[in-house]
Amino acid sequence: MSAHSTAIGVSSKRGIWGGGNEPLKASYGKLMMWFFLLSDIFTFAAFLITYLSIRVSYPAYAGPAGDFVGSNEYWPVPELVFDAIPFVHGVHAPLVFVGIMTFILISSSVTMVLAVEAGHRNDRNDVVKWLLWTILGGATFLGCQAWEWNHFIHGTDGGSALTYINSLNNLVSEVVHGANLTVNEYGPASFAQLFFFITGFHGFHVTIGVFLLFLCFYQAAVGIYDRRGHYEMVEKIGLYWHFVDLVWVFVFTLFYLI
Amino acid sequence: MEIQQNKSTLEVYPRNEEKIKKIWKTAGILLAITVAEFIMAFTMDRGLILYFLFIALTIWKARYIMLEFMHLGDEVKPLFYSIIVPLIFLIWLLIALAKEGSEIFLMRW
Repeated sequence: MSAHSTAIGVSSKRGIWGGGNEPLKASYGKLMMWFFLLSDIFTFAAFLITYLSIRVSYPAYAGPAGDFVGSNEYWPVPELVFDAIPFVHGVHAPLVFVGIMTFILISSSVTMVLAVEAGHRNDRNDVVKWLLWTILGGATFLGCQAWEWNHFIHGTDGGSALTYINSLNNLVSEVVHGANLTVNEYGPASFAQLFFFITGFHGFHVTIGVFLLFLCFYQAAVGIYDRRGHYEMVEKIGLYWHFVDLVWVFVFTLFYLI
Repeated sequence: MEIQQNKSTLEVYPRNEEKIKKIWKTAGILLAITVAEFIMAFTMDRGLILYFLFIALTIWKARYIMLEFMHLGDEVKPLFYSIIVPLIFLIWLLIALAKEGSEIFLMRW
């Protein structure tokens, strides 16, 4: 190494102006992935901070948790909205299902980082094994989210008696079951709108991530990365997958805890 | 179609147990923070203090994911700061819009 310590990895063959250098000592693809993720962080941050802003602009439910009824007058308590689990009907299990979902996504992030570690070692068998676990985790998470949406849309047996302005601009009073973009039984209309929009946008990212992981798994399995001489693609897709996990951590806090 | 030579020509290095141990340790920390958040959600009173704690713990988790899982800590300093410094603006956005929302609340109700 020379005495000059710059952030540019200088190609020893061609010198600093000869081309082929790597700014910031990261490859083109990795650098671009980081800058894409930075812009995506801003997008998600804008959505999530909007959620927080709209949430504090409504009164919070203040009474005892046992007496909670959905109303468009105040923001609901998340553990009383998200309290259902698959296969058992009518059981009050607050935040259990979303806890499982979070655990699945964090686990898939761990298997992804193990795949990246195996990629550094050019170990094809380990890369393929860990990528397969990650795909499994991602697909399971998507399935859970589909169930979560389905339950959110169809609602509870009881529903909530609400007075609201419907899509035909009439003021109506009726028992509402589930949620759509006009009205929902849990809270103000913006609660369901934000839920659909933000978890939907996150789920869209997860879907793309699963596709990319599958592509990566296939290419690793048939030996394309071996012939290419490096496993950098695993690293780049890994960055994207960790980002998806990163966003979920914030979605989880804002929608399910606060 | 010609059958592709499906044998690795690259040298495979042995597992770095220390690195793998660190990955599992980070995963354990993330899990522990999440469990702590769950316990807090059910035992503490709702309010500004709890929300502040939740957001602080979430940012703490994000720090582990970015530095350890995404290896941002291992990148050169200019790259590290070019990712981290723009995010500081988000903290202002958070404060400004949270304030804005509570002002709307006072106007509306």
